[in-house]
Amino acid sequence: MKAARKKRLYLILLIVTGVGVAAALALNAFNQNLMFFYSPSEVSAGKAPSAYPFRLGGLVTDGSVKRLANGLTTRFDVTDMDKTVSIEYTGILPDLFREGQGIVAHGKLRADGVFVADEVLAKHDEKYMPPEVAAALKASHDKGVAEAARESGS
Amino acid sequence: MPRFLRYLLPLALFLAMAALLYRGLSIDPRFVPSPLVGKPAPSFSLPQLENPQATVSNADFSGKVSLLNVWATWCVSCRAEHSVLMQLAATGAVPIYGLNYKDERPLALNWLQQFGDPYHVNAFDADGRVGINWGVYGTPETFLIDKRGVIRHKFTGPLTRDIVQRELLPLVQQLKAEQG
Amino acid sequence: MIPELGHFALILALCMALVLATVPLLGTYTRTQSWVALARPLAWAQFLFLALAFATLMHAFLVDDFSVLYVANHGNTQLPEIYKISAVWGAHEGSLLLWALILGGWTMAVSLFARNLPDEVLARVLAVMGMVSIGFLSFLLFTSNPFERVFPVPVEGGELNPLLQDPGLAIHPPMLYMGYVGMSVAFAFAIAALLGGRLDAAWARWSRPWTLVAWVFLTIGIVLGSWWAYAELGWGGWWFWDPVENASLMPWLAGTALVHSLAVTEKRGAFKRWTVLLALLGFSLSLLGTFLVRSGVLTSVHAFASDPERGLFILLFLLLVIGGSLLLYAVRAPGISRGGGFATVSRESLLLGNNVLLVLMTALVLIGTLAPLLYDAMGWGKISVGFPWFNSMLVTFMPLMVVLMGIGPLTRWKQQDPNELLRRLRLALALSVAAGIAAAVPLLGDNWSLGLALGLSVWLVSTLLTGLFLRLRGKGGLRALAADLSARGGRSYYGMWVAHLGVAFFILGITVATQFDIEKDQRMSPGQSFELAGYRLQFDGVVEAQGPNYAAQRGTIRVFRDSKQIAVLHPEKRVYQVQRKPMTEAGVDPGFMRDIYVSLGEPLPNGDWSLRLYYKPLVRWIWFGGLLIGAGGLLAASDPRYRLRHRRTASEGDALAAGGRA
Repeated sequence: MKAARKKRLYLILLIVTGVGVAAALALNAFNQNLMFFYSPSEVSAGKAPSAYPFRLGGLVTDGSVKRLANGLTTRFDVTDMDKTVSIEYTGILPDLFREGQGIVAHGKLRADGVFVADEVLAKHDEKYMPPEVAAALKASHDKGVAEAARESGS
Repeated sequence: MPRFLRYLLPLALFLAMAALLYRGLSIDPRFVPSPLVGKPAPSFSLPQLENPQATVSNADFSGKVSLLNVWATWCVSCRAEHSVLMQLAATGAVPIYGLNYKDERPLALNWLQQFGDPYHVNAFDADGRVGINWGVYGTPETFLIDKRGVIRHKFTGPLTRDIVQRELLPLVQQLKAEQG
Repeated sequence: MIPELGHFALILALCMALVLATVPLLGTYTRTQSWVALARPLAWAQFLFLALAFATLMHAFLVDDFSVLYVANHGNTQLPEIYKISAVWGAHEGSLLLWALILGGWTMAVSLFARNLPDEVLARVLAVMGMVSIGFLSFLLFTSNPFERVFPVPVEGGELNPLLQDPGLAIHPPMLYMGYVGMSVAFAFAIAALLGGRLDAAWARWSRPWTLVAWVFLTIGIVLGSWWAYAELGWGGWWFWDPVENASLMPWLAGTALVHSLAVTEKRGAFKRWTVLLALLGFSLSLLGTFLVRSGVLTSVHAFASDPERGLFILLFLLLVIGGSLLLYAVRAPGISRGGGFATVSRESLLLGNNVLLVLMTALVLIGTLAPLLYDAMGWGKISVGFPWFNSMLVTFMPLMVVLMGIGPLTRWKQQDPNELLRRLRLALALSVAAGIAAAVPLLGDNWSLGLALGLSVWLVSTLLTGLFLRLRGKGGLRALAADLSARGGRSYYGMWVAHLGVAFFILGITVATQFDIEKDQRMSPGQSFELAGYRLQFDGVVEAQGPNYAAQRGTIRVFRDSKQIAVLHPEKRVYQVQRKPMTEAGVDPGFMRDIYVSLGEPLPNGDWSLRLYYKPLVRWIWFGGLLIGAGGLLAASDPRYRLRHRRTASEGDALAAGGRA
């Protein structure tokens, strides 16, 4: 009985170590694969990373969508009603991509300040505003209200 | 670890997760609170869409319960919302004012002609300045304004029959019953 | 008048559930035989009323009764008949009604097909299912009544979401719900056993076929969902690690662990606490999925319209059901006897490894799904967990699983001589290592992930063949197969065999489809051709076309191989009349070895179009593998021993019932 107990203990120890190592690996990989979200204001203020990819979202500015000469690259601006950032994307835009709609793009910032997207998401539900976009808009709106109040006060 | 505690572990993990989920419910990612609810409607005076010589202003709202619907022809969801507005207008439950947001006059007039006009009157906000004062950040949005000209509720996104039936109409009845 | 009838039937069903959850259970404690005997007829009555309510709602859709708010929002006169039917479960209220109906169906099925169960055990099982039913029916009636009327009556309805107007999606939710809700049977058996205070081999044998069938439905539901995403979303993907998809994957992973763990409990009486915990976990994760999809806590491509109030209701329900059952577990588990012992090298150990890995994967998927919520709640920023993370998890743990999967079936219960095991595995090991290296070395394949996948698949297939050889050797070879299939325990074995073979297909499909697919975004003028993986795709322009309830721009692409035309594809861009929603409908030339997949992008000047062209090798193996896994489960569930042994288990059952009195 004693020997069986010992064996069981070894087995459990083995499993616990294995699971521990696996979990450590997984969590480490987890931190590297998080994609943070930045608003156009944050990008303009230089808060977004220039070395690695992130997500950027906002409303597509009216009249900003232009197709570049090669026919497949589109350039457009997104705004949080405060600051604006230009995005370049080569490929087919999603069905619901439209001026005035909220979108989220994955990609990296180029040296000239243009965000080069490898994926553009406009959700399939039109009632849906990407939550990050909504929050970014709210933040810049609150800022605008505060500034307006300051101006009228002074 | 005492033996019995071991068996409570799954329960403890679950309760921790439930607490997180509860917190998650209160931070509904789609819900954007409007700082304007409960405050008097921001003052404005804009030319009418239908008649550039005449104006609409927040003075028009006083003395009655009214809706202000922010819309634009470039907004796809507004198209989806339009039939709901038409129905609501047909019931005559509440006058609907329109705020035509960052739009072009001929396009907007053409839209109303083509799909029908549910609006009492439309304000034409070409550069979107009034919209910004009202905290508009996506069309469509609809504000419910009481008899004293105070914003009482804001609907973000298109109104649906569901919302009209369950939320909007009961609220309208309630506001109508209030003292002016 | 008819919708009110449905509403009334729903209320009656709730009444039945209320009685079902209490009276028979009380009967088992007070030993009132007549109360215990009520369980069965109550289960039937509940199902009858639910079916009536469901039929009423379907009728409202078929006759376009827009005075019902739910029909006004999601029905339309122009909708083709089949989508009028599937629109019943196309949105929140109706799909919840389907959930309740299916729960009622499973409850009735248990009362019908588990006739040999001792009455008291049956009464407990049905009572637990009745409790779950109370939760869902009151949720329906108090927050999401599908029969609510609207006034004034609209002339036309709001139409079913165009994304859902697809034959695959018409049957995907019912399948998935069959799986989700089916997990409640295993849950109910576990709770009944915990209440009765005795878990043993008989308990495992009763709940095993039910668990298997539910797990098969879940498997098929997920496969259909993946296929729908591929066919309908128009960007060629088949799995997105979307919260809603994860919500279905988690119970599946837990269910897979449960199916294996139940085998140990049935055969060896071991792992009892673990198995019962898995049974609770499987259904808890189903419920959690429901919560995530319907509360709006996580946003997703196909989440239902969110409503925090509904979310709160489900959360309370979760607390009661999951919290209550885990509390019961904490109270009862210390009293459960330890099962038979086993050596370090034994089938038990290997199945334990399988369970640990599956639960670990479930936990990781759960963490990845809830992480954005956690970060938001703690104010750490808005994040999304990248695709690559989930994929790397899969690549880390899948191979380990597959290695165990090859060894397990060749290992004896209780104790296995390691040398004998190595002798059995020798050939398979040599074959798979050779295949893996061949695919991974430069000059031959030069792709290490293909090498890994091929090695693993060969490993699975060759160990399976070894097992088959050993099983049939000395019994007359293949001729013994037919006899073996009708013998007790035979189909369990062949079910495992087929399901594991499915995994081999699945691994190869996933690897090849992701590693060797070709994707091109291409600008094309009418008449122009494009070479893709040895096929010539000729674009013949786009014309306007009219569907029953949509207008479309339909492209024509002819596919040539060696200057012979093999297919004509018609990808479309549709705009549905009512919701004005644009939809991309891909044109697909399916094949067992490869798919050619084309979707329309946007119109460009001069009649040109941007097109998205894909070549997807072996992509169908993913779903074929999934279907094999499901077929294996079904074969195992049909094992005669679950039926033949019923007479003999009666005595064991009495013992279980007696345990309840103790």
